[in-house]
Amino acid sequence: MTTKPLRLRELAKEEDKFTFGHRLCAGCGAPIVVKQVLMATDYPIVASNATGCLEVSSCISTFTAWKIPWMHSAFENAAATISGIEAMYRSLVKQGKIEEKNVKFIAFGGDGGTYDIGFQSLSGAMERGHDMMYICYDNGAYMNTGIQRSSATPFGADTTTCPAGDVIPGKLQQRKDLTKIMAAHGIPYVGQASPSHWMDLMKKVQKAFEIKGPKFMNVISPCNRGWRSKTDDAIKLSRLAVDTCYWPLYEIENGVTRINYKPKEKKPLVEFLKPQGRFKHMFAAGNEWMLTQAQEYVDAQWELLQRQAAFSGGEEKAEAPATEEKTEGQ
Amino acid sequence: MGKIVAVTGNEACAEALRQINPDVCAAYPITPATDLMQRFSGFVNNGKVDTVLVLVESEHSAMSACIGAAAAGGRVATATSSQGLALMWEMLYIASGTRLPIVMPLVNRALSAPLNIHGDHSDGMGARDTGWIQFYSENAQEAYDNTIQAFRIAEHLDIRLPAMVCLDGFIVSHSIERVEYIEDEKVKKFVGKFKAVNPLLDIDKPKSYGPLILTDLYHEYKRAQHEVMTKVSDVVLDVAADFEKMTGRKYELFEKYRMSDAEIAIVVMSSAAGTTKDIIDEYRKKGVKIGLIKPRMFRPFPFKEMANALKKVKAVAVLDRADSFGGYGPLYYEICGAVMSLEKKPLMINKIFGLGGRDYLPDQAEHTIDELIKIAKSGKVKTVKEYIGVKE
Ligand SMILES: Cc1ncc(C[n+]2csc(CCOP(=O)(O)OP(=O)(O)O)c2C)c(N)n1
Ligand code: SF4
Ligand SMILES: [Mg+2]
Repeated sequence: MTTKPLRLRELAKEEDKFTFGHRLCAGCGAPIVVKQVLMATDYPIVASNATGCLEVSSCISTFTAWKIPWMHSAFENAAATISGIEAMYRSLVKQGKIEEKNVKFIAFGGDGGTYDIGFQSLSGAMERGHDMMYICYDNGAYMNTGIQRSSATPFGADTTTCPAGDVIPGKLQQRKDLTKIMAAHGIPYVGQASPSHWMDLMKKVQKAFEIKGPKFMNVISPCNRGWRSKTDDAIKLSRLAVDTCYWPLYEIENGVTRINYKPKEKKPLVEFLKPQGRFKHMFAAGNEWMLTQAQEYVDAQWELLQRQAAFSGGEEKAEAPATEEKTEGQ
Repeated sequence: MGKIVAVTGNEACAEALRQINPDVCAAYPITPATDLMQRFSGFVNNGKVDTVLVLVESEHSAMSACIGAAAAGGRVATATSSQGLALMWEMLYIASGTRLPIVMPLVNRALSAPLNIHGDHSDGMGARDTGWIQFYSENAQEAYDNTIQAFRIAEHLDIRLPAMVCLDGFIVSHSIERVEYIEDEKVKKFVGKFKAVNPLLDIDKPKSYGPLILTDLYHEYKRAQHEVMTKVSDVVLDVAADFEKMTGRKYELFEKYRMSDAEIAIVVMSSAAGTTKDIIDEYRKKGVKIGLIKPRMFRPFPFKEMANALKKVKAVAVLDRADSFGGYGPLYYEICGAVMSLEKKPLMINKIFGLGGRDYLPDQAEHTIDELIKIAKSGKVKTVKEYIGVKE
């Protein structure tokens, strides 16, 4: 199958594989991410889904928003579940019991189901080399259970289990860098994407589907409930995450790190933090150190990523930034 | 006739799996089940089966992968013991709630702490309420036979439930015994082709598995699960009848040994039944009217049939190789539940024996029988629950 061209006008006419009627909050980033992923390809897809906002809101009683074969079994095992499905596919095809249809396998998980409780299952599935892609929609907390801290929660954030108190002002640890950890598994493809840069995200999905073996993609997914932001800010905030280099768009393909988009002018992190109520206390008098520390961490990580890209030889090969502004209407 | 071999319980179960040739197995090592899947891995890597083996990073993932694979639409098996089953616990309910016919030999082993690798039924009893069908086997032959029958039962279109085939850790899993193997072709024919029901891999007819069901329908889902359990006994007996035709070996929901005129009885599962039968023979020689019941199918529990079998008995000792701390042994509760329906209920005592592989020796059976004789005579029970075989 050839990779389909990503033209807005054509894509807009396509039938959604993740349909309306789901019960995610208005303005939630997760369904945007899922739609972009599923729209990127015409290959048949089978997906598993970890317990979390996306799962509980998309298949309720006798209703489902999924037009693809989809399975939820539990919270910490989306990777193990899809690996069983993929293994059965391989077995049945090998034995001639079903027809080979070039099926692609995806596991969707939130940050809690991926960085934390599902980490072992994810790591195991990647090591075993299943032909699958794991996609984490990272909204930076356990949103479904009411905005508790996860290891993906950014430094400083006010959550229900690390509330911004008088003594402890929110989360004091930096986030776990899961994208890099997944790259350290030596799998053929790891990508980091944002729904604001849909073309980049969809191209990454397309590229990943042409690679056999385990793939991992980390996608930032704004949550207006947990981030305490405006309902219609999902795209604006995910773009700010990219433009401040809080969430760089990059990929690591067979060990080569490539930054897919370098903002011409790196915006100060406060532009990303300010519109979000979860960081409000960081702007209070006396908490200036929090803003400084948050900025310093982002700067250091960005530096490191650029050096990693240069060192691995990815810099020279860097493709033109694949943002929707540049590629629309191609 | 099939081959007669000298093999361990694990070897026999692995052989059954080879003959059945599941499409996918996902497994993780744990003593004493390790050796079963190790042997099976040899079959995979030497091309003796078509199975795709998924060697996962935990039992939680083993059961999760089995669940994914079974929903995908094929025959699935795994095996485990003790801590492994405990780690699967969450997923056991999901396998049965999703009606996936996964078959799992459970090589019974004690649970930590303290750490112990030897045989008792704590693991299986902990999974009592998970919605799995459970069989307990006395010896390697039964473990082999039950494994073969379990696939037919689990995959039966009226049932579609996961099934555990229990065998005592080390005592059965690692002891070499005489086993009669059935010919490959006969096993294949007996088990039949796997029929996929709503397979996830039917790409053209997408299905969603694993919905959120709240107060509107959850209760009904669970009642449906209860109802399917009530159909299991008949299927088990039908399958047993076919199995007897093929092999001459008879299986029921439980085995009755010298029960026809028994006035007192012992109820005990698995390998300890063998020793108990020997001691019963000795007491029979002395004119004591004693018999034994060895439950084979523990879930669903055959209450009616059990009540019928115990209706003429004056006193019953239930031997449990597991405890419910602060309660009675789990098997004891089932027998109590069964005899509740009788007008004339037997007097009942509960012995806890053999935990963590403690040997079950003839004197423990004798002690129990002597007490039963006294109870039957006096009509009085002094102590309901007692640990036997304890070092004082
Ligand atoms: C074993 C287990 N522990 C805890 C839970 C409760 N739980 C369900 S969803 C969830 C949070 C999910 O967070 P995340 O994965 O980040 O997804 P989100 O809801 O944020 O989209 C938790 C804690 C569970 N279902 N299972
Ligand atoms: S709580 Fe957040 S992640 Fe969950 S549905 Fe609402 S907006 Fe989406
Ligand atoms: Mg989350």
